[in-house]
Amino acid sequence: MLAKIYVTLKKGVHDPQGEAVHHALLSLGFRQVSDVRIGKYIELKLGEMERNEAEKKVTEMCQKLLANTVIEGYRFELE
Amino acid sequence: MKFGIVVFPGSNCDADCHHVVTHVLGCEAVALWHKETSLQGCDCVILPGGYSHADYLRCGAMAAFSPIMTAVKGHAAAGGLVFGICNGFQILTEAGLLPGVLMRNTSIRHICRDVTLRVNSNQTRFTRLFRAGEVLTMPIAHNEGNYFVERRQLVKLEEQGQILLRYCAPDGELTEDANPNGSLVAIAGIVNEQGNVCGMMPHPERCSEAIFGNRDGKKMFESML
Amino acid sequence: MNLEAPITPDIIRDHGLSAEEYQRLCESLGRTPNIVELGIVSVMWSEHCSYKSSRIHLRELPTSGPRVLQGPGENAGVVDIGDGLAVCFKMESHNHPSFIEPYQGAATGVGGILRDIFTMGARPFACLNSLRFGNPQHPKTKHLVRGVVAGIGGYGNPMGIPTVGGEVAFDDCYNGNILVNAFTIGLLRADRIFRGAAAGKGNPVIYIGSKTGRDGIHGATMASDAFDATIEERRPTVQVGDPFTEKKLLEACLELMAGDCLVGIQDMGAAGLTCSSFEMADRAGMGMVLDLDRVPRREEGMTPYDVMLSESQERMLLVVQSGREAEVRTICDKWDIDMAVVGYVTDDGRVRVLDKGETVVDMPVAPIAGDAPLYNRPASPSPELTQLHQFDPQALPLPRDLNDVLMKLMSSPNLACKSWVWEQYDHMVMTNTVVRPGADAAILRVKGTKKGIALTSDCNSRFCFLDPYLGAMLAVAEAARNISACGGEPLAVTDCLNFGNPERPEVMWQFQQAVAGMAEACRQFHTPIVSGNVSFYNETDGVGIYPTPTIAMVGLVPDLDRIATPWWKDAGDVILLLGRNELELGGSEYLKQIHGQVKGTLPHLNMERELAVQRACRIGITRGVVKSAHDCSEGGLAVTLAECSLMRRQGLLGATVELSDDLRPDALFFGEAASRIVLSVAPASVDLMVTIAKEEGAPVAVIGKVGGRSLVMNNGIQVDLADLHDAWTTALPKLFS
Repeated sequence: MLAKIYVTLKKGVHDPQGEAVHHALLSLGFRQVSDVRIGKYIELKLGEMERNEAEKKVTEMCQKLLANTVIEGYRFELE
Repeated sequence: MKFGIVVFPGSNCDADCHHVVTHVLGCEAVALWHKETSLQGCDCVILPGGYSHADYLRCGAMAAFSPIMTAVKGHAAAGGLVFGICNGFQILTEAGLLPGVLMRNTSIRHICRDVTLRVNSNQTRFTRLFRAGEVLTMPIAHNEGNYFVERRQLVKLEEQGQILLRYCAPDGELTEDANPNGSLVAIAGIVNEQGNVCGMMPHPERCSEAIFGNRDGKKMFESML
Repeated sequence: MNLEAPITPDIIRDHGLSAEEYQRLCESLGRTPNIVELGIVSVMWSEHCSYKSSRIHLRELPTSGPRVLQGPGENAGVVDIGDGLAVCFKMESHNHPSFIEPYQGAATGVGGILRDIFTMGARPFACLNSLRFGNPQHPKTKHLVRGVVAGIGGYGNPMGIPTVGGEVAFDDCYNGNILVNAFTIGLLRADRIFRGAAAGKGNPVIYIGSKTGRDGIHGATMASDAFDATIEERRPTVQVGDPFTEKKLLEACLELMAGDCLVGIQDMGAAGLTCSSFEMADRAGMGMVLDLDRVPRREEGMTPYDVMLSESQERMLLVVQSGREAEVRTICDKWDIDMAVVGYVTDDGRVRVLDKGETVVDMPVAPIAGDAPLYNRPASPSPELTQLHQFDPQALPLPRDLNDVLMKLMSSPNLACKSWVWEQYDHMVMTNTVVRPGADAAILRVKGTKKGIALTSDCNSRFCFLDPYLGAMLAVAEAARNISACGGEPLAVTDCLNFGNPERPEVMWQFQQAVAGMAEACRQFHTPIVSGNVSFYNETDGVGIYPTPTIAMVGLVPDLDRIATPWWKDAGDVILLLGRNELELGGSEYLKQIHGQVKGTLPHLNMERELAVQRACRIGITRGVVKSAHDCSEGGLAVTLAECSLMRRQGLLGATVELSDDLRPDALFFGEAASRIVLSVAPASVDLMVTIAKEEGAPVAVIGKVGGRSLVMNNGIQVDLADLHDAWTTALPKLFS
């Protein structure tokens, strides 16, 4: 099973990197961009397991390590 | 000889380079703001260390698109000297003026300390005052100094004597322990094919004065004069 | 946001105000406050901003002197160093945020102290960090250490300001409350000091820097019913540092200060817009009108409460001469930072805040800013102290193998080499670092002069726990000794006073004692305290940290050609000890690490001897006699000598030492008697150095010779330096890599 995990800053948390990239895109002429938020994408290969179990485990991994839950949120897809 | 030192937002070794060029070498230096488009008649352009645009996204990625870089590319194409130190090296690779890329240090930590370097080629405008094989001491200070380039390109760099400096043990041996960041074949600095554009991770401007007990860096600057 | 909503006792309590304080507020307003005004007062009268429990004691500190250009009360202190130049410095804590989110907490701590310095018109040129963590084996410690160290580097490195030293220590007492004390020093022209006063009626008030978001808004209020919207969106968020904006802000401010349009400037730190507006108005005896609609914002739907209390980082409030706003605009545009005229200075002594045309705050400045509550809280020593002082060193079992003891001490986290930490900090940028981290003090050159600045921070909190008065004195003495050992003259001090809950009499007693001890020692060394910070409530479940009054001392090196470093220079040099070995094991690292005890009375401090030892050392260095000098402190003489042998960059160089003192060997090798410095001199200079010491009244003894590949002390210690070096340098990477 494959877990695709997206870790992003929580709403309201300042994202200086996103702001700087936004600014750079604007100066390159991409005027369409109204906001940039930058996060992390993580792929995990899991052994054979129940979907429920996988969900539980991945949640645990996100909580414990993959996301800094003080400032980051996460969501994931299982395939 | 007139030096131009490019200042990007987030550059932080620009003043250090300016100090060495003017006070140690006794040359003229001008600061070139990244939004400018003219090099003001400089013979050598220095891209100094620092964190241009905070290294957000990728080191040097955003600086490579600054207006001044068009002029720097023109200068390089015309055979003018371009010298990128640390973040400047990263910018040169992002701008396509030097091959390869600088990745995260294998330790995943910032490393600031002295390293020893072996002069791999002294047949360049940047190293001509050194002996081939001479061991230098210079400080490094970076998060992303792990040089990587494709195999084919590496062979080319080696064949054409484009590898200037390699991390080595104090006795000159190339050991794994002596490679601080995981760079491919311990590369610390390179030049382009034409030999007029140089990028290196160590900071020669931090070891150019007697007060620091090491003037290996000064010799590097003097090579360019 | 409903300004008409009644202020209930619950809301008052959630804002941390006592019934008396609320009463006092109502009296000064002549009415009840609305929720925004209550929020403002809750931060203005918080311990952090008002120093309400500490002010009464801090008055005892010596804060003036012939070189002091600015003492406490401004963003940072300023001290004259001659040649028309001055240094500006301060230390500040960021303890609690660093425990919650170590990387961002430490990073924003560095950001805050940097702003305090460049607000004064100084270009920051060095940082120190004094860090305290819990037991390395505690499950949270590794994560905290890695996060804090990475955060300090993650902010200081991009700023291009070298982090040149500090301390890292570990103790169980910090398991639930780590300490992150950040120090910055800047250089400025003595006649170009900027201050935070909102002077000149009608002058515009200008906001520059990052946009305002809901970062770090005063947590206590979140549980209250004052808000209606969803809790998730209202939740306070941890401040995220942005060194990139800070770097641009720094350059923009310094450019602005090079001109003459700036009247006053202040960093928006704790409680951002609130503290900066009230304090600036208060300093000038003026008032201010702010229009919140003009404040640059990062988020939608922010209330006036949010905007006034936001702790978004990298922002400054300026007052400039009327009509010269465009000059500020030009510079801010160049550096791509936000700029907005948000108000103007008035002469009515009130801060009035408008939101969508409506007045949401109308308060008198002086009673809120200048006349905050002041408490003289009850203080009494903990009864267990008397028992802790009962300690008979002679009853302590003598370890069989003292080599083993030395190996254990050198590889213990507190004494191990800290290069794992400082290599993560750029400590060389700006090309001023003449003596790098690891020595007694770091030395920075002042370009364009022969002078140098020496920096150190010190505090032995175990000492302060056993005896806060003497512990604080010893901390000042050690800091001064570190400065003297490198050839500097102790100049001035900033402090960061970290304590538990001041509402507990034993904590208040520790505080009062420590302040009194610091005051006394600083008077003796003629080192006024020009700035500082108090951090109370460092406790968890009723257990406080050891009292930790961190002392950061700045010294002036008159001539950089005449400095000393701790490591041996040449084989054959002669080793001398300034000061005297005494039976002092109380509170020592040896007692804790080897015998597991925290007990006893502290090493005795004879101030006259201390001053004589330091004077003799400085004279020896200035006259070019001293080849190396190293302060003797934690771990005692054996650890000091080991460090002299191991620190050398050009390879290890040992020593053979013969001591004739009539002391138990463990006390002789590991005891922590105060006022000692180990020197090495060329054989031909021994007599001269002895003469200098005698003239100054400092005890002196020739104790050995430099050379070899091992450290030998009497017939008790003989260790191979390679083994010792390995133990010393690998200890921290093993724990934290």
